[in-house]
Amino acid sequence: RQQKEENSTPEPYSCYGHAPLAHLASSPDRRRGESRGGRRPRMFRNQYDTDVTTWSPQGRLFQVEYAMEAVKQGSACVGLRSATHAVLAAANKSANELSSHQRKVFRVADHAGVALAGLTADGRVLSRFLRNECINHAFVYDAPLPVSRLALRLADKAQVCTQRSWKRPYGVGLLVAGLDESGAHLYYNCPSGNYFEYQAFAIGSRSQAAKTYLERRFEKFNAYTPDELIKDALSAIKETLQGEKLTSSNCTIAIVGRKEDGTVEPFSMIDSKRIQEIIDSMEAADEAPAADVPAESSSMQEDRGDAPAARDAPAADEPAAPDAPAPMDI
Amino acid sequence: ATPPSPAPAEPRSSSDERNQSRINPSRESMDASAAAAGGGDGTQRTLNPYVTGNSVIAMKYKDGVIMACDTGASYGSTLRYKSVERIKEVGKHSLIGGSGEFSDFQEILRYLDELTLNDHMWDDGNSLGPKEIHAYLTRVMYNRRNKFDPLWNSLVLGGVKKGPKGDEKYLGMVNMIGTHFEENHIATGFGNHMAIPILRGEWREDMTFEEAVKLIEKCLLVLLYRDRSSINKFQIAKITTEGSTIYPPYALKTNWGFAAFENPSKGAVGTW
Repeated sequence: RQQKEENSTPEPYSCYGHAPLAHLASSPDRRRGESRGGRRPRMFRNQYDTDVTTWSPQGRLFQVEYAMEAVKQGSACVGLRSATHAVLAAANKSANELSSHQRKVFRVADHAGVALAGLTADGRVLSRFLRNECINHAFVYDAPLPVSRLALRLADKAQVCTQRSWKRPYGVGLLVAGLDESGAHLYYNCPSGNYFEYQAFAIGSRSQAAKTYLERRFEKFNAYTPDELIKDALSAIKETLQGEKLTSSNCTIAIVGRKEDGTVEPFSMIDSKRIQEIIDSMEAADEAPAADVPAESSSMQEDRGDAPAARDAPAADEPAAPDAPAPMDI
Repeated sequence: ATPPSPAPAEPRSSSDERNQSRINPSRESMDASAAAAGGGDGTQRTLNPYVTGNSVIAMKYKDGVIMACDTGASYGSTLRYKSVERIKEVGKHSLIGGSGEFSDFQEILRYLDELTLNDHMWDDGNSLGPKEIHAYLTRVMYNRRNKFDPLWNSLVLGGVKKGPKGDEKYLGMVNMIGTHFEENHIATGFGNHMAIPILRGEWREDMTFEEAVKLIEKCLLVLLYRDRSSINKFQIAKITTEGSTIYPPYALKTNWGFAAFENPSKGAVGTW
């Protein structure tokens, strides 16, 4: 049974219809089959990937890394923030034409929300946890839970699953966006229990295209107006659709922030009619040939000429270099 | 202390039974009654305060919040301790004043210390303001009362914090049973009966610091004359966006030069 386990493809991958991760097979410590009458040379790492509490000789926890692969299989999500507002966007995917879209963006409190990629069932459960934490804090302190502290609680919860033999890591990555005293924040929490703050980030399949798009612009984000943030979020999602037309039915956008008068604009999804209007106005601007003539006050106009180049950038971001050091977070 | 009531007919809970077997039989009835009073499981609950602080008075003024109290702590009817600081800073934005059992006030200060330390260690640009601390204390006080083990205090929480709409002054109070509210002026203990009427009549929005001190001293004087457990040694504290100041103790001038006091037996022979 042990031998069969080691020689066969790990179960989770078959349901995604992908070939075994051959690029990870050639580990430098590869050993031939030993006394088990080895029919085929084993992938060395398969010995250490059965449970999360087993280290590999290279110091990797393979179960955690596999969990992060699950995130990469989910449909794309994008998050970006200015000094006062944070926007989350997700590409809607449905299993088939007959079914509704998978819900990927959740409001966690008036001042915070998450977008997730990966096993959405895990994401739903974690959203409930986050909501509970925010409610408990608000009950005791009569104030919103600051986003950094929320992200930490989520990360600590994820870490527990990487250190118990009877658990498995959560197979979902969350972009946590919210508002607190020091302004708007965006965090990425990954299944490993690590989390970082970002100005902008993208996760899920084909997210590299969105990341490339955002990398070019992020330095200006702090000064963006909410509308500019929304437009850039939509454009980033568009990058991940790889030629498919962006419409209000294949993306979700949510925004949270502090308005100019000091009051909070609570976390809420933008309704599809308004999304379609914004998409239409973006396309109208796109068709204007001169890249330096801004059709509206969006600051991304001067970059329109770069957009085709971004789309031609290598879309396949998944295969890591075969001998790359342990990537414990994305 | 009240005389012990007769032991209950049967034990209230299994743990009570276990305790009963360990207790010296001659003290059984007294412990049983204490156990019954405390919830039936043999443990003790706070039944009376011992070392108690006097009234605290506080009000909002133009730049922030001002708070005052005397520096005495009584042991029953004895004015036992005369240099007790019953107003303390909490974090960067608040002051807390406590009347009632002084040891419970010290315990509350320890909880707040832990709270503000953890908050400070985050170093993330967020800090606990007076509203948050008041909400936290309300939870603590109410939960203790629900366990029949109250922190025997009336706490006054005041502070100023910059909000999105500018500086926001906050003043509230919470007591041993968890009653809590916010107001422009607060008083605890006897101050409720003697100082609040004065404050209701004379408090105005946007008083200067000097006007606020004068009004507070008026209330403190009334309490000095009429509350037998107050002493003539007061401390005033204020908190503004710049920070908090707790002034050194001082005494108020009192006037006992009434004709009737000078020659008491004049109108009533034999009196003193």
